[in-house]
Amino acid sequence: MEFTLKTFIFYGFAFLTIASALVVVTVRNIVHAAFSLMVTLFGVAGLYVFLQADFLAATQVIVYVGGILVLILFGVMMTSGHLEMRIHIERGQLLLGGVIAVALLMLLLTVIANTPAWKNLTDDGTELPPTTERIGELILNGPFLLPFEVVSVLLLVALIGAALISRKEVRD
Amino acid sequence: MTLQHYLVISAILFTLGIFAVLTRRNAISILMGIELILNSCNLNFAAFSRFMTPPEDISGQIIAIFGIVLAAAEAAVFLAIILAIYREFGSIRPNEVDTLKG
Repeated sequence: MEFTLKTFIFYGFAFLTIASALVVVTVRNIVHAAFSLMVTLFGVAGLYVFLQADFLAATQVIVYVGGILVLILFGVMMTSGHLEMRIHIERGQLLLGGVIAVALLMLLLTVIANTPAWKNLTDDGTELPPTTERIGELILNGPFLLPFEVVSVLLLVALIGAALISRKEVRD
Repeated sequence: MTLQHYLVISAILFTLGIFAVLTRRNAISILMGIELILNSCNLNFAAFSRFMTPPEDISGQIIAIFGIVLAAAEAAVFLAIILAIYREFGSIRPNEVDTLKG
């Protein structure tokens, strides 16, 4: 694989994603963790662009960075006094969690390296047409119509449930 | 870029998410770990869709979009429950919420 500008940018995005995810799980201030999560989500959106999933990348930025992250920051603001901003970590738990995480990573990397069907699948660099139109066809006029309707009902149920759970209790 | 590049990135994200869920003592930090795990899953769907199926088949991307929708619903309900717990217990540390503990 020759080292072109494209591979350089790819490795840049990969490094950005992993480094900021590392900050998310290690930093002690929860607001810093939330902003670092934003960088991670942008990095994943960049990787979607490299996979030629343009609609998916846009959705990632709009829903995750514009929606979920704001929700998380509101959660931080409404539940933490300034004493609670710092995250408590117990040492024994840190050690055990680290051991489990490293073992899991080794297992996953072994599987990835040794599965024959996943080897030598290179991105040949051909440009695919934009995906938005085909995704619209598949969702609204194709095999994904039923899952789409089900997931919209689920979203409605989740939002009503969230509003019901988080409101103040009215005693009558 | 090969398929394995994306799988390794996704495996690392997944592991970091598991690490956050296991070690953090704050419900919102645990939510961030869960978001990392869901992101790694979606990245895997998109990568397999790009490399393992013919280029005109983009079903994997649609599954990833459904995954993003489910993550949004999950985050909304999660934070609503956190707010209710905070109102009841005055704290969102999971080990202090132990009413159901025998």
